[in-house]
Amino acid sequence: MTLHPILAALKKHKAGVTLITLQIALTLAIVCNAVFIIGQRVERVHRPTGIDEQNLFLIQQAYVGAPTGDDAASIEKLDAMQRSDLATLRGLPDVEAVAAINSLPLLQSSWTGGVGLKPDQQHSTEHAAYYFGDDQMLNTLGLQLVAGRNFTSSEISNRGFRGVGEPPMVIVTKALADKLFPKGDALGKTVYLDGLAIPSTIIGVVERMQIPAAGGWGDSFAWNSVLQPIRLDANYTRTAVRARPGRLDAAMREAREGLFNANPMRVLENQPDIGIGIMPFSEIRARAYRADIGMAVLMGVICLILLCVTAAGIVGLTSFWVGQRRKQIGIRRALGATRNDILRYFQTENLLIAGAGVVLGAILAVGLNLWMMKQFAMDRMSLLYVLVGIVVLMLLGQGAVFAPARRASRVSPVEATRSV
Amino acid sequence: MKKVDEMFAYYLDLALRSLKRNKALTGLMIITIGFGVAASMTTWSVFRAVSGDPIPWKSSKLFVPQIDNWGPAGHGPKDTSKEPPDAMDYTDAIALMRDHRAKYQSAMYQVGAAVTPQRVGQHPITAIGEAVYSEFFPMLDVPFKYGSGWSAADDDHRAQVAVISSHLNDKAFGGGDSVGKTLNVDGHEYRVVGVLGDWHPQPQFYDVVNTGGFSEGGGNIFVPFTTAIANSMNNNGNTNCVDAPKEPGFVGLQHSECVWIAFMVQLDDAAAVQQYKQYLDNYAAVQQQAGRFTWSPNNRLRGLMDWLDHEHVVPSDTKISLYVALGLLLVCLVNTAGLLLAKFLRRASEIGVRRALGASRREIYTQFLIESGMVGVAGGVLGLALTGLGISGVSWVLPRDIAALAHLDVSLLITTLAVAIVATMLAGLYPTMRAAAVQPAWQLKSN
Repeated sequence: MTLHPILAALKKHKAGVTLITLQIALTLAIVCNAVFIIGQRVERVHRPTGIDEQNLFLIQQAYVGAPTGDDAASIEKLDAMQRSDLATLRGLPDVEAVAAINSLPLLQSSWTGGVGLKPDQQHSTEHAAYYFGDDQMLNTLGLQLVAGRNFTSSEISNRGFRGVGEPPMVIVTKALADKLFPKGDALGKTVYLDGLAIPSTIIGVVERMQIPAAGGWGDSFAWNSVLQPIRLDANYTRTAVRARPGRLDAAMREAREGLFNANPMRVLENQPDIGIGIMPFSEIRARAYRADIGMAVLMGVICLILLCVTAAGIVGLTSFWVGQRRKQIGIRRALGATRNDILRYFQTENLLIAGAGVVLGAILAVGLNLWMMKQFAMDRMSLLYVLVGIVVLMLLGQGAVFAPARRASRVSPVEATRSV
Repeated sequence: MKKVDEMFAYYLDLALRSLKRNKALTGLMIITIGFGVAASMTTWSVFRAVSGDPIPWKSSKLFVPQIDNWGPAGHGPKDTSKEPPDAMDYTDAIALMRDHRAKYQSAMYQVGAAVTPQRVGQHPITAIGEAVYSEFFPMLDVPFKYGSGWSAADDDHRAQVAVISSHLNDKAFGGGDSVGKTLNVDGHEYRVVGVLGDWHPQPQFYDVVNTGGFSEGGGNIFVPFTTAIANSMNNNGNTNCVDAPKEPGFVGLQHSECVWIAFMVQLDDAAAVQQYKQYLDNYAAVQQQAGRFTWSPNNRLRGLMDWLDHEHVVPSDTKISLYVALGLLLVCLVNTAGLLLAKFLRRASEIGVRRALGASRREIYTQFLIESGMVGVAGGVLGLALTGLGISGVSWVLPRDIAALAHLDVSLLITTLAVAIVATMLAGLYPTMRAAAVQPAWQLKSN
């Protein structure tokens, strides 16, 4: 079959053909970018934090009537209160491990700073998130030590929330270690935090630990974490607790009762919006990624509607053309064309229209991505998305055209003899 | 007039018959328009909620000053912008308050305090709020249910006074007029001088740098800035430093160049704005002469809406969703245009007969535009129902604090219908033109 008669017929319906081509092009451009957004969000949500999230929960509470000052006496009082709470929690039957810590991955409450290789460096070598806590951080969070050792309990110091100074030793993530020391010999090396001249020795390297920020501004240093052997004292504390396997709910209940029994002068009612209460890590994760999952769902719904509308549009327009050409189809049939010839005619016609549409659409898709990169600092879309999109839309076109084309193939040759 | 009405009724009747003739195609167009409009209006309702003016009657008079107390060190090696920090350090905030050059002004920082309810048997609660100056309340037209704000003298004397939200009033005192009652905040006794009316501006435009714009749970307690400092109420929001404070504690923070204080001023006219700009530059020049700044004055004085835009208060996801949904609407319109074209041209012979019988082009135009309009009305009604569904659906798709702002109201209702009708008629414009161009003679001949 030659293309000539098809092209001649299409020329007669210029406006209709243009509209459906444009529709396919726009659909491809939008669907590619929307699916790209979905892909990025799904990828982000599935990143492992590096901690063992099961059976882990977080306590965030504030003392009432505790010292608010940051003189030495106040800090010692606060530290005694915190140590007493840690001891209470460690004594609970369903609790396996307890660590004082200032934040957790995905908690969206960060303390960040610069890490440098020389003292008094004006611009830091790497930006990183700081985790302040005690020697129980590693086993409570289930972090994997790949080199060196953990802090010992005697190496843990304490200071006020706004104390100054840097620790003599730190544990860093492998990602940060490799960036600072590309040769892989970070262990035992010295780094300088916050652009100061105080040396800190790397005594351990953990496989992976995500920073508290779940996205946005933290993306550029998502795996750069520094663990510091410092228990921070303030009238607001955070404590990470690992429950015995399968005993999460029981341990959370025991923790609430145990803490209130030990000292009722505290705020511990669950108010997650202002960072107070007891919540399992699964909730921290859900809160952190709610917007990403929501965006992926929204984009998915829009893609589905788009593809349905475009498929329906192709069905509608082809049906109309079939209806309009019944006489011509009848003539062709009378002149010896088989049903298959007619079917193939409409399928080829759609292939041409969809082909033009996807070529235009591919250009639009890349253009849209470039615009979004500029406007919303989005990443560059892999061309694979466009290629898959092209295949999907061509198949969609063929699928949509099938029903009306089959109806066309069933037009009887007798139609040729009927007048309009 | 009667004739026009009759003709309109006649066209309606014609359109209805035509639409009924091909139910599948008509249904398809209505569904397409319905979905396109619903997706756009749902995302629009969210966008409208987060990008709206939180204080429309006064936003043009509110300004946020920025002072560059960091200089070039405040920018990374790749950062070429000369943007000053978006919050203020303690030194500059206090200097601006002391000089008092605007009509109203307030430095503010976020506080989180443990409040012990007087009612027996209640656990203590945490209240998030702001430490502000007395002018905060008249500047932002803050509504009071009971009492009022405090006086400038209270600022000066570091009075132990507090303004609380209705929410905190319910929690701490069980509601009612609590003016004069005592509230225990972080172990200090404060006298309640005012209870706020219904005031939950979203975004929390007065302190975007510390609230991030949209947050639930803030704005429950307001205490004098000076009192909060005297009582060492730590700042609960963000602190950004180029160099770590040299001294420990909250006092160390106050002596440092770290930024953590939000600032807002009211300036009533262009002359006042100009004068305030000049004042800021003079202030920075004095700091430069004193050797504190080693760079020339680099200040900003942004209007409130400009400031919210600068701080990217509208999440980019909200914008992307709106654009993608508008793209969907565009595809739906192209689709409808194609279907209407097919539908109208199929009736070329009918048009030819009507033209031959004396119908003018204009009449054909009216007839077909009314037919598109009817599809638009039906699509709009469907779209309205779907928008309602969509808005209740966003609550589990979007972050709660943002989704809670989206709602269906009369203006959204009217906009939805209007968008559906106007868009469909636009889509019908070209098909109508083609229909009206049908020649009477040619059609009769071919038959």
